[in-house]
Amino acid sequence: MRFLTTVAMDENFPAGPPPVELFAAIGELGEQATKDGTLLETGGLLPSASGAQVRVTNGKVTVTDGPFAEAKELIGGYAIYELHSKEEAIETSRRFMQLHADLWPGVEAVCEIRQIMEFDPQQ
Amino acid sequence: MTDTAAHRSIEAVWRMESARLIAGLVRMVRDVTLAEDLAQDALVAALSQWPQSGVPDNPGAWLMAIAKRRAVDQFRRNERLDRTQSVLGRELETQEAFVPDFDAALDDHIEDDLLRLMFICCHPVLSTEARAALTLRLLGGLTTTEIARAFLSSEATIAQRIVRAKRNLTKARVPFEEPDRTERAERLASVLEVIYLVFNEGYSATVGDDWMRPALCTEALRLGRTLVGLCPSEPAVHGLVALMEIRASRTPARTGPSGEPILLVEQNRARWNRLLIRRGLAALERAEALSPDRGPYVLQAAIAACHARARSVEETDWVQITSLYEALGALDPSSVVELNRAVAVGMAYGAAAGLAVVEALEAAGGIPGYHLLPSVRGDLLAKVGRMDEARAEFERAAGMTQNARERALLLDRAAGCSGD
Repeated sequence: MRFLTTVAMDENFPAGPPPVELFAAIGELGEQATKDGTLLETGGLLPSASGAQVRVTNGKVTVTDGPFAEAKELIGGYAIYELHSKEEAIETSRRFMQLHADLWPGVEAVCEIRQIMEFDPQQ
Repeated sequence: MTDTAAHRSIEAVWRMESARLIAGLVRMVRDVTLAEDLAQDALVAALSQWPQSGVPDNPGAWLMAIAKRRAVDQFRRNERLDRTQSVLGRELETQEAFVPDFDAALDDHIEDDLLRLMFICCHPVLSTEARAALTLRLLGGLTTTEIARAFLSSEATIAQRIVRAKRNLTKARVPFEEPDRTERAERLASVLEVIYLVFNEGYSATVGDDWMRPALCTEALRLGRTLVGLCPSEPAVHGLVALMEIRASRTPARTGPSGEPILLVEQNRARWNRLLIRRGLAALERAEALSPDRGPYVLQAAIAACHARARSVEETDWVQITSLYEALGALDPSSVVELNRAVAVGMAYGAAAGLAVVEALEAAGGIPGYHLLPSVRGDLLAKVGRMDEARAEFERAAGMTQNARERALLLDRAAGCSGD
């Protein structure tokens, strides 16, 4: 089964910018997961200032340019994994977030795990 | 955490770590059966301790430490002071005494260990079936039950097959060193063959009621992707992965709402998985950059890529596909490849031209027992308007396939040939 994981945090980095050691450790973990055949795709996102929101309310579509000032936590990165179970996704994300805890003092972040809807002829 | 939840987490960790664990242990104890037993002991220990203590920060290192301790215990208990064993026992103790950082000890060798384990599991002394079962068990981390379910076989049969395979490895005194340069190509070919066999069994199940068993495709892809990490400079490995990624990308489009097969030319291409296509095309590019000589996997991947790049059947570069099949046939002459070439020729140069290729193939003896030959012939006959002959061919094909879904599709096509 495939999972999308996202990491969200305050994009103003109250704990200071992510340290280079974290990037190195994340790179290493990603390389391992690629070699294990589990990590299919991953990427980081630029600040919301370079994005926009397209919203439907009351049947009307409105466009608002970034930054998304009202949101406290914003997605900063994502990954797509091919795994056997939600528990594997949790363990994978636990290791990923442990790196944040170990290498980025004071950081507050959340990794969200969502299973991707897939075709399954057995269902 | 409830016990069931804890067990599920431990199972997940086990699947993530077991291949590396067993591979490392095989290097140390040089015996697949013993290595697996030690790894199982470590799992049992985890199952009894982790529900209380929680999953350790580095579960792989924890499992390895337990397994190594058990190995040392066992060598001490066995008073067979066979020289090798005592040396090995000392070596293990030394490692334990002076290298408490199991993590580092693990990382140093891990890639060589995994590759070596793949070579062992796919050793030519074993039957292909045994190789596939052992590979899924030791490298895929699948249980006997899961393997049995995947191959629609009984648990007892698979368990027997695995035990016998391990015994045969011991009996044949299969060396645990990585094969030397001359042997390596042949052994790597055997690994690729096993991975592709697992993939194909999932992609077009030869028996049973379902046309596909995607879990097997996923396992094969995982093994292939791991192999890419272990042998990044082998074009054939990239080629096989490219082929599997691209073929797997079509999975969502290959069956209809009630599980009936949908042929490539009739698939809704919007349902093809773009992520897998992109990964497949990238793998193909890497394979082609590594060597200008395209082997069979690379050629097949190139054919799959022609389909993946085309937005419709009409926009497909059938001329190129025809020449890729020619190259494939020249490399490794096969009636099945020739049959595929007939299909491509039919698309590139017209059904009559394709039919001529099929007829030449039949004149040369055909492909006994292969239902796709009459199926393709029926399709080409229908396209040139020879409906009665087409119907007979579809019926013949339906009588030959072992797969229920495919039989229904062929009978449908036969019925469609009447009356118009």
